[in-house]
Amino acid sequence: MNFIKNKITNKFEKSTNLLGWILVLPSFLIIASVVFYPIIRTMWLSFTNYSLAYPWRTQFIGIKNYIDFFTSFDFWATIGRTAYFTIVSTGIEIALGIAIAYLINLHLKGWKILRTIVIIPWAVPTVVNAIMWKWIYNAEYGALNGLLQSLNIIDKYQTWLSEPWTAMNLVILADVWKCTPFVILIVSAALATISEDLYEAADIDGANGFQTFRYITLPLLKPAIMVALVIRTVEAFKAFDIIYVLTRGGPANGTQIISYKAYLESFSFLNMGRGSALSFIVSVFILILSLVYIRLLYTEDV
Amino acid sequence: MFNKKSLLILTLVVLFVGVFALSTSAETIRMISMKQAGWTPEEYDQIIAEFKEDNPGVDVELTLVGYDALHDKLITSISGSNPAYDVILVDDIWYAQFAEAGWLLDVTDRVSDDMTQDVYDKAWEIVGYNDSLYGLPWLLDLEYFFYNEDMLNEAGIENPPTTWEEVVEQSKILKEQGIVEYPMVWSWAQIEALICDWVTLLKGNNGEFFDENNEPAFNNAEGVETLTWMKNTLDNELTNPASLSANEEEVRRIFSQGNAAFAINWVYMYELLNNPDESNIVGQTELALMPVFEDAKAEGIESASITGSMGFSVTKNSPNKDLAYELIEFMTSKDIQTRYADHVTPMYKSVMSQDEIIEMHPETFKMFDKQFPFIYSRPKVPYYTEVSRALQTSIQNALVGNVSPQEALDNAAEEVEKIQERW
Repeated sequence: MNFIKNKITNKFEKSTNLLGWILVLPSFLIIASVVFYPIIRTMWLSFTNYSLAYPWRTQFIGIKNYIDFFTSFDFWATIGRTAYFTIVSTGIEIALGIAIAYLINLHLKGWKILRTIVIIPWAVPTVVNAIMWKWIYNAEYGALNGLLQSLNIIDKYQTWLSEPWTAMNLVILADVWKCTPFVILIVSAALATISEDLYEAADIDGANGFQTFRYITLPLLKPAIMVALVIRTVEAFKAFDIIYVLTRGGPANGTQIISYKAYLESFSFLNMGRGSALSFIVSVFILILSLVYIRLLYTEDV
Repeated sequence: MFNKKSLLILTLVVLFVGVFALSTSAETIRMISMKQAGWTPEEYDQIIAEFKEDNPGVDVELTLVGYDALHDKLITSISGSNPAYDVILVDDIWYAQFAEAGWLLDVTDRVSDDMTQDVYDKAWEIVGYNDSLYGLPWLLDLEYFFYNEDMLNEAGIENPPTTWEEVVEQSKILKEQGIVEYPMVWSWAQIEALICDWVTLLKGNNGEFFDENNEPAFNNAEGVETLTWMKNTLDNELTNPASLSANEEEVRRIFSQGNAAFAINWVYMYELLNNPDESNIVGQTELALMPVFEDAKAEGIESASITGSMGFSVTKNSPNKDLAYELIEFMTSKDIQTRYADHVTPMYKSVMSQDEIIEMHPETFKMFDKQFPFIYSRPKVPYYTEVSRALQTSIQNALVGNVSPQEALDNAAEEVEKIQERW
């Protein structure tokens, strides 16, 4: 009897397995064709000198594209700028995001209006956002110049995007304005789940505002903050549209970050081989970052 | 019942397919051009309407983008076997790249004899590559030297400058008298326009871009002097610092606000400076021959400018090549070029020699005649966009003071040699 029962279950399991595979197959095929195939193809292209202008001249050149980049100053300068952009913009967005979410969560008078207003920048498409900031920074009639002059902070109009270092920080400002709401959203949601009892208990124990925040709110927010951090870092690392619209990598390459460089190589210079190598480097960086974050997220218990 | 239902479905399918087939019928020409120099969007609409009147049943779908977005937009939309456009606008400096890649229809045998003979030879150079023609020239444009005559008069300056040294001298006077804070404005953002300005200055200093072996020559003494001169005008606050993030449109805005006395730009700026909707300085602008440096002048070089000419081409894999060619022939025809000449100078010798036509646009047409003998081209090599970007970066590095002009141009030369090696 037992033997027969086993056989039946086995058969059943096998058929459910098969059914499972059949059901998964269509989406697997789609994912394979839109994700795996492009990745493998990009990797393959990165080992060639494929150019859109001379496709018939394509040759396998091994890791020459990578060696060329790793030995070029411009590449490392680009990596440095990308790291700066990513760390500073994500850092500010997280800090501001937590602060504003906390403020909203205090439910002061008018907090519902604040909550609505704060989300608006997130709803603006990145390209629209970049064009808007381009006009704000305009040297002749930009709003930033107007504001600072009427506040007597500057005595004459400044040309904000003409100096590499300033331009980079202003691009970061534009990105922060757009992306902070995302952090606020995630953190607000997490804040709403923290039980009031904990705060009451802290109150009774005589904890002050800072202590409550430091020892109750922050630890409980950690998973939410990690999620925001992962998503924002990855997005900042591959930021492209804001640079394309606002500065085109200028002045003097001061805002050229890696995705923009990959775009230039591929679509301005038609060097698909080199462009693919850069894109592949971006993917590997992001993969490593994600792995690190995932480890942190799933191993540390709150 | 079943039959009625299937009939209904069949009808719907036929209707749907029919509508779909109509909307992508062979009678629609998809065209991409630019919204900057050249015709205004309204002029495009009028010209297309005229074409449609001559060709009933034909539709033209026009897309206009800014110049700085055009190259990359073209690459992504025409490089496949199924191009998104039938008619495209191609810049002088891209023809080599696009022709090499095999994206353009060879029109050598289609061009009429009349057009071959009547259009300036220099215009044919724009669309030609390796002895074939890959389009029809449309915009035979040059960099012109603009000055605000009222400002010069106010400062007591009688004659416009003929050398770049004089431009600096007059700028100093204008600045000292408080007539204009930054007398010069340029398009020195990290874009192609920076190279246009730089090559104009380089040629005015008797410099060379490439030597006869196509090796970089721009980092020799003339090139370094030119770049040093540019940097000095910034340091002495004679050039508007906004130049470092300005394209040609930005230059036009600053100049038309009355915030500059000298600028170089394409022909289209002239009419717009005298258009009250667009300008605060109507009637104040004059054109002069592009200045050169004193040393070059002593060597007999009177003026130097560059072409920024463009042509219309048909994509090689377009499904309506013949109709598309008809459209570009129409847009570049003598008739259209003569009637729509506010922002585009006609490229027909027979048109430019008729007094009554010159009288319609005396300033720009006369200056075209004077400036035309002194124009140079940027190098026509298939890897030009990459060379240009390397130079833009280096020049800006020098202008913002990161490196010295010599070092900047040496870096660019090194980079260009690497690009040539790879190609």
